[in-house]
Amino acid sequence: MANTAQEQNEGFQPPQPTRQTLQATSSTYFSQPFSVLAPDGTPQPGIQIEESADLLLKMYRWMVYGRIFDARLLNLQRQGRMFTYAPIIGQEAAQIGSSLALRQEDWLFGSYRDGLACVAHGLPLEHVILFFRGHPKAMMVPPDVNVFGQQIGIAEQIPHAVGVAWGMQLRKQRSATLALCGDGATSEGAFHEGLNFAGVLKAPFVLVCQNNGLAISVPRAKQTASETLAQKALAYGIAGRYVDGNDVIAMYREVRAALERARHGEGPTLIEAVTYRLGPHSASDDPKRYRSDAELTMWQDERDPLARLHGYLLHAGLWDEQRQQQLASELRDEITHVISNAVMEPFPEPEALFDYVYATPTQTQVEQRQALSATLQSSKKGVRFP
Amino acid sequence: MTQRNLIEAVNDALTVAMSEDERVMIMGEDVGRNGGVFRATNGLIERFGDERVVDTPLAEAGIVGSAIGLAVYGLRPVAEIQFLGFSMQAFAQLLLQAARIRMRSLGRFSCPLVLRAPFGGGVRSLELHSDALEAHFVHTPGLKVVAPANPYDAKGLLLAAIEDPDPVIYLEPLRGYRAGRSEIPDGYYTVPLGKAAIVREGTDVTVIAWSAMVAVALEAAEMLADEGISLEVIDLRTLVPLDTATIVRSVQKTAHAIVIHEAPRTAGVGAEIVAQINERALYSLEAPVARVTGYDIIPPAGMEDSYLPNATRVMQAVHAVLDEQEP
Repeated sequence: MANTAQEQNEGFQPPQPTRQTLQATSSTYFSQPFSVLAPDGTPQPGIQIEESADLLLKMYRWMVYGRIFDARLLNLQRQGRMFTYAPIIGQEAAQIGSSLALRQEDWLFGSYRDGLACVAHGLPLEHVILFFRGHPKAMMVPPDVNVFGQQIGIAEQIPHAVGVAWGMQLRKQRSATLALCGDGATSEGAFHEGLNFAGVLKAPFVLVCQNNGLAISVPRAKQTASETLAQKALAYGIAGRYVDGNDVIAMYREVRAALERARHGEGPTLIEAVTYRLGPHSASDDPKRYRSDAELTMWQDERDPLARLHGYLLHAGLWDEQRQQQLASELRDEITHVISNAVMEPFPEPEALFDYVYATPTQTQVEQRQALSATLQSSKKGVRFP
Repeated sequence: MTQRNLIEAVNDALTVAMSEDERVMIMGEDVGRNGGVFRATNGLIERFGDERVVDTPLAEAGIVGSAIGLAVYGLRPVAEIQFLGFSMQAFAQLLLQAARIRMRSLGRFSCPLVLRAPFGGGVRSLELHSDALEAHFVHTPGLKVVAPANPYDAKGLLLAAIEDPDPVIYLEPLRGYRAGRSEIPDGYYTVPLGKAAIVREGTDVTVIAWSAMVAVALEAAEMLADEGISLEVIDLRTLVPLDTATIVRSVQKTAHAIVIHEAPRTAGVGAEIVAQINERALYSLEAPVARVTGYDIIPPAGMEDSYLPNATRVMQAVHAVLDEQEP
């Protein structure tokens, strides 16, 4: 028996990497991330800008919208009107390039830092504010909006998105799902299990990993020994792309192509978007403890995703200072209006919380609800409870 | 009517559900070609195809996580976890995700998935293959927990669980899989979730049990009948929602109660049942409610006989509560 096993082992030939695999390994995962515009907004050599002026202006409008509401929401938190906030600043291109590539019937699965992507796919901005106010209506998205909330558990949305994609495949729908995660999420089990399932099922699924350099304070180099995050795709047998996440056109092109492949049964894609979180992790985080001013300044001054598209729009004659002023003022008013409504959104009566745990409350819940009602009634009558 | 054991009843329920409702699909490790390690899904891939009976990668969190997506999208996934101990690897997805989807979205999304898993000891299986972990699920609002004890209930409760609009943890008694056949109806029928059954009427002591412990209670009842002691045995069938009314009515009649479960005693489901009795029927009691449970230890599989509740321990508990006299 031992001989047989040995013979079998000797007969085993390790699979030889094909030329294609080797090429993919070197060019797809380890060269410079794919970009369309240089940081100053000039097109990269040999690259044509084929996107329409309308689309480019739409991208820009959304990115400015994000930049303005992000600052306003952080302020709102500082005023004590939200429990916390996870700033998006610096990641606008990665989120808008991803989100605008979706069709209405595609589903988006974001994390708590992906409010801009969610809003661009139809989630009312009010819901982002409600989310950080701990309001139960946060994820009660309108019926025609295919946004599955803002996940708090790291990477947990990835298998959900794979499951919905699987459902689309079973239902023979020409649609796909897109999940967003961060670089820290690549260390989680759910990242692995989700991508592994997606690869085996050839699910119509795209994962955009926004590598913003930091998981709170822990740098990307401490998350994984992999040289890039995109190369992890190779191990799952799926397509991988390494993209400049601060280049909205590059992001849009790669995500759109990945969604097209997904819709046509060509399987999932992992896209690493190289970007940078210019703000703190959350409202209670002090990034001075873990990153240098020089690093921050470099990304702020030389790699700002808004400046890049702005540079191109100026260069192409599609934009000027007057339009910039007008857009900013218009968006400020719009956002002010949303915020003032959102902070006034009443919380439901506490008893209503029993209505949504199950489709039909259990007898135990009915009794607890009655007890809560009685307590609230007595409180209104001025009876003091210890 | 056909004679079926419990695992055959599960197989029959799955067959009926898949025939009646094209949204129902089965997923898990070895559920396809192999028909499940206990044969619960035997023959289903041949009948319904590999799009509806899916051999997944070996990853419990991936199974539950993607089942959540399928359920949210409108399918009715029935996921199998080979042994309940392995569900721990999917706990975050079950307790923090599946259970909360309806609440998080105020009903905009729901998660009608069923997770099936065998649990409990008594068949000499190794560690992680014999744990009774039901309390963890019972403690999680948003999940329903079902634990049938016989083939008839196994089929009817599984069909009810698949119909249910919320996530259901469906626990199968490992040692009860092939414990005996009984006549069960062919075709579709349900046993409602949240209704206990009085499986033996009696007058002296109420014994509350579920899953494999129901047989232990009935064995003790049979032996005590020879001594002239009459046990009323309640099979809870569903742990969430809990049928408190049936428990309370019985305790008001017998004035004595015992809860049996395999799981460790501390913070087990028995503790909740004792609390419910105390809150609703304390003045009917002539003795404190007793618990016959597993101990707060980690039992090596080779020593499970000294750990699992048996008829002898139940009889001792019955004598103890009956001997308790008012001062």
